Amino acid sequence: MTHEPHCHDFQKGAADALNNDQLQELLNRTLKNGFQKKRLNGMARLPEYDQLRDQARDLKNHILDHLDAYLERFELEVQKAGGHMHWAEDGDQARAIIGDICKKVGAKTVTKGKSMIAEEIDLNDYLAEQGIEPIETDLGEYIIQLRNELPSHIIAPAFHLSKNQVAETFREHHQHLDADRSLEEPTTLLNEARKELRDRFLKADVGITGANFLVAETGTAMIVTNEGNGDLTQCLPPVHIALTSIDKVVPTLEDATLLLRLLARTATGQEQSVYNTFFTGPKREGDLDGPDEFHIVLLDNGRTELLGSEFRDILRCIRCGACINHCPVYGVTSGHAYGWVYPGPMGSVLTPFFVGIEEAHLLPSASTFCGRCQDVCPVRIPLPDLLRNWRNRAFAVGKPGGAQRLALKVWAMLAQRPGLYHVTARFKIWAMKSLAGKRGHFKWFIGAGGWTKARDLPAPQGGTFQSRYQKGER
Amino acid sequence: MSARKAIFARLKRTLDEVHNPTVRISGADQRIREANANIIPARGQTEGPARAAMFVSEAEAADAEVMRLAALADVPRFVHDILIQAGASQIKAAPHPQLQDLDWTGVGIHYGRGENSDHIGLSVALAGVAETGTLVLASGPQSPTTLNFLPDVHVVVLEEENIAANYEAVWATLRAQKTEGPVMPRTVNWITGPSRTADIEQTLLLGAHGPRKLIILLIDGKNP
Repeated sequence: MTHEPHCHDFQKGAADALNNDQLQELLNRTLKNGFQKKRLNGMARLPEYDQLRDQARDLKNHILDHLDAYLERFELEVQKAGGHMHWAEDGDQARAIIGDICKKVGAKTVTKGKSMIAEEIDLNDYLAEQGIEPIETDLGEYIIQLRNELPSHIIAPAFHLSKNQVAETFREHHQHLDADRSLEEPTTLLNEARKELRDRFLKADVGITGANFLVAETGTAMIVTNEGNGDLTQCLPPVHIALTSIDKVVPTLEDATLLLRLLARTATGQEQSVYNTFFTGPKREGDLDGPDEFHIVLLDNGRTELLGSEFRDILRCIRCGACINHCPVYGVTSGHAYGWVYPGPMGSVLTPFFVGIEEAHLLPSASTFCGRCQDVCPVRIPLPDLLRNWRNRAFAVGKPGGAQRLALKVWAMLAQRPGLYHVTARFKIWAMKSLAGKRGHFKWFIGAGGWTKARDLPAPQGGTFQSRYQKGER
Repeated sequence: MSARKAIFARLKRTLDEVHNPTVRISGADQRIREANANIIPARGQTEGPARAAMFVSEAEAADAEVMRLAALADVPRFVHDILIQAGASQIKAAPHPQLQDLDWTGVGIHYGRGENSDHIGLSVALAGVAETGTLVLASGPQSPTTLNFLPDVHVVVLEEENIAANYEAVWATLRAQKTEGPVMPRTVNWITGPSRTADIEQTLLLGAHGPRKLIILLIDGKNP
């Protein structure tokens, strides 16, 4: 899997997605009737939902103001419980730390729970280069690992695939199984993956998970899953590594609980995810199972810089995916168009930071600023404001350039001269009306191919706005 | 400079602009020491029979099966029926004294950690949480974590009096139990229903990597 960013190709990726009927059908079905409806149902069952959101926002702000104090306390408690702490400034350091831990125990295979941080630092490629086989165990991650793709959604990595595509993928990669087997039913697909992966779980030398939250009070890391894959990853192998980032720390178990009351409900509409698992240090004396070694790898990767920037609020993000599920742009482009690890509104804030605004300048513009992302955010991140900040930064480095900048300049020039604006508008109305002729609409119009593909473009009727306003048509 | 040092230096530079380090440390210490509950929703504040009723309805809504037993002594009889129904001959149980003290005559029972060959596992829950029908299992010599995930069917014994109204009450129990060493056991599992996935076209399917079935044996509070 290559994690070279392709954000500059957003327009092509979006066009490809729009022309992909199967993907459009899938998105339409799974977003509106899936995630969006489920969240509404979940919210309806918790009258205190909005109060919890306010409290969660305040909690995260408090944490960010006291971040070093909580991280130090967390480290102390991890060590007291017999765990090892590792700090990584960037992806290179994190990969090297994990590589060393694996090599020390002579690891050949590593099972992995779903971790966006592992995607962020492209861990799988690195492990493979070191001769260590990484095995993704979340069903969605497993599927995209077989297909050598990036996740298209932060909580549903194979969101862009139909069950037929999954079946094709399994047929291609599970060659030891009967080629004529039926893979019609999703259940059959699931059972096949379960069987394939069970053995890998049992034989893995190291298990790597992420962490949804880190509890400073007790030195506890915790993960949220529905499948149980994260648990088989953390309790079976002799070594467990939790790879996560510094923004995940919370003060107490009670504070983790507040965020957990919001996370599943906002993400999938569930009352609670099936497995919320809290682990503290390695196996204890007398325990019959659990890892002999426990490591926490804490990644910065620029987050300390974000903390002091105008993008600080994005560090409140708990990765529920709601902004993605409700974004009208993501709703038609899907995740791959965004060209890197994090898609949707939260991704458009994070990605330019990680890959540079020159590469990712199109992402902050891939938004209508409708504000739904902010409306649904459980920690009330002002996503449109953060995107606007990126647009300013992009403009400052000359993005967009050329034609777009010229068009904006022309418009600005006209907008400041009402008389000229009026004349130009009148000319345009007259020209379009004449060109449209008796039909009164266009089957095709220059620069409006996206519009005319699905419907006719009506020619303007009547006078300009200004003239109609003057006539009293208000 | 070590990575750790560099990260803390950058944090300090930014954070000093708001509070000085002493204020930060005392602020953090205070919040941890107090460990105050945040808003507990009304549904997390049930009492008495309403609490057990909420636990049952929430657990069932999450696709768990709940069986109500009059007394702990009835567990072997129910397990026997579960085995017959599943066409299994034996159960792997957590080496928990409450289970070991029961009369298992006629039931194939083994104690130990979970293995791949175990079709059915039996554990004892530390607590239940009424607000979402969640089970809380704490790892230890009497409760191996592997048993919660490897078997196809997970059977969990829960005493009604151990159903808490909310998660916070369970944290309080764990803190109160602490004698020495960490408050938290190696692993604490909140389990709400059987394993599932929606990764294929967002279709909900039960039994992803963990148990396909979760059966809760709820022991009546009057006769523990």
